Amino acid sequence: MIQPVLEVRGLVNRFGSQVVHDGLDMEVREDEVFGIVGGSGTGKSVLLRSVLGLQRPQAGTIRIEGQDITQLSGEALRAVKARYGVTFQQGALYSALNVLQNVQLPMVEYLPALSPSARDELALLKIRLVGLPADAARKYPAELSGGMIKRAALARALALDPRLLFLDEPTSGLDPISAAEFDGLMLYLQRQLRLTVVMITHDLDSIFRTCNRVGVIVDHRMETDTLQRIVDHPNPWIQAYFHGERGSARLGAAHGA
Amino acid sequence: MVVEATRTGDTLALQLTGEWRALSFAQIDAALDAVDLAGAHRVEITTERLAALDLTGAWRLRQFVLHVRQMGAEVAFAGTPPDQLRLVEETLRPIEASAPPPHASPVDAEATLNFIGRQTVTLWSDMIGALAFLGRLTATAARGVAHPRGLRPISVARHIYDTGITAIPIVALIAFLISVIVAYMSAQQLRSFGAEIFVVDLVTIGVLRELGVLLTSIIVAGRSGSAFAAEIGSMKLNEEVDALQATGVDPVEVLVLPRVLGLVISLPLLTVVADLIGLLGGAVLCAALLHMPLDQYFSRVSEAISPTTFWVGVIKAPVFAVLIAMAGTHRGMQVQGSSRELGRLTTMAVVQAIFLVILADALFAVLFLEIGV
Repeated sequence: MIQPVLEVRGLVNRFGSQVVHDGLDMEVREDEVFGIVGGSGTGKSVLLRSVLGLQRPQAGTIRIEGQDITQLSGEALRAVKARYGVTFQQGALYSALNVLQNVQLPMVEYLPALSPSARDELALLKIRLVGLPADAARKYPAELSGGMIKRAALARALALDPRLLFLDEPTSGLDPISAAEFDGLMLYLQRQLRLTVVMITHDLDSIFRTCNRVGVIVDHRMETDTLQRIVDHPNPWIQAYFHGERGSARLGAAHGA
Repeated sequence: MVVEATRTGDTLALQLTGEWRALSFAQIDAALDAVDLAGAHRVEITTERLAALDLTGAWRLRQFVLHVRQMGAEVAFAGTPPDQLRLVEETLRPIEASAPPPHASPVDAEATLNFIGRQTVTLWSDMIGALAFLGRLTATAARGVAHPRGLRPISVARHIYDTGITAIPIVALIAFLISVIVAYMSAQQLRSFGAEIFVVDLVTIGVLRELGVLLTSIIVAGRSGSAFAAEIGSMKLNEEVDALQATGVDPVEVLVLPRVLGLVISLPLLTVVADLIGLLGGAVLCAALLHMPLDQYFSRVSEAISPTTFWVGVIKAPVFAVLIAMAGTHRGMQVQGSSRELGRLTTMAVVQAIFLVILADALFAVLFLEIGV
């Protein structure tokens, strides 16, 4: 069996007496788009922060390409961080830097061998790749629209050509047309660059269009299955999520198509 | 080794192997630079044995191909060229076809003139803006007098607490130390004339008229002026100020006026604290260094001060308070766009507040001299 790109086993996260995760398992395979779904406050962001190494869990292992990041620190952890890209919900572009400099920042940190002109060109390559016009490169985050910020954040996440990409609510705050465009772009890049994508999302359209498998956080654990099968999971929250008013409409459309 | 070169006649065959990924860029770069192209008319590249090729690797390969073509040799791929190369090609070609981005022109006379002009206009519009802000503030305050509920007493109380009560320890400490320093230095000088008793006069008049209020204002400008600018500035960035305006609430009324009023009340009170502690500091030093009994010190103090000495200091405090609060809140309201702006304007608020306080103090000195107090 092929080793999973990301493997979480027995994850426990607690804040004081409040239990967020209690023995959560998650497995993401190569070249798939994995959706993480869950109600507000079920710890989607805490899970992402744990996986990114921003927060140490109380128990459990988190393996990225086989390396347990809960046991790593310093240089070793830094080396793992170079192998994945992340976009945050609000974009988290560095507001003091323009788009080009934002995309170049990981390159400056990890690829000192790149000459400044090579950096410029590679950054422009990434900016064009996510569908931004070349003149957006000189703009500052404050001058960009919401959709452009998401794209610029994606360009920055791709700066080091990672194989693993984490997206935190990539389509939130976008109008349906921009959201659909972003999904399309993500799928295109995923196929072209053979990316493994882990996506936190609430957007049902986005899930049905892009995800191969979905993990739902319920009762501090994760229920994982393919999209086709997870919709029939007996858990009441999952039922309500996929068969509620919004979900049913989408399901009907998906089956009708 | 990521490139294996074999030469047959004037054909150079390159086998690409291993991982061509961004993180091994240095290795790829060095290997391609080391390829000896001399005498080669044809370069054949085989990519079948590549374990991985990402966009950074593909970009470097494309650079190499362009370089080889520039040298006059032809390039051929064994089999189809990798997809990644095509992706890079398709993405970059439209950019390279268009003109390169213009670079900043070197500094010349015209640019210098432009700069001076721009600065002058900025300075002028800054002054107009500050005046307009003062006008808005005054109008809001006047409205508040008519309808006292508009003065937001609870908010004002919070700002009195934040800017006044929590500042007491640091203000007291600084006042104590400064008066000790003044007393110590003047004692050293006056001792040679046998006029140590005048140390008391110096400390008393110095602290009450100038040092008490000036140092307090400078501390408060650093503490609260920056806090005002940062608070309001981050509210601007968060669109909270827009939200207030959209709700029909005047941000000057709820954000600016309570801060100004709070500081106008707390700064004079802090000045009184600084004055008292300053006199105490003088007393401690006189007792320790000049062996002057406390009752002698305080009777000398009451002889040294005229009825106006105390008020000449304290009367300046509300004026300084308005200047500090206005510099802070006005700069805060100007923040837009980025966190860098927030930092720039917060710095500017503190620098301007301190400058304005010292300028106003100088004007007061002239005024008091003219009216003879």
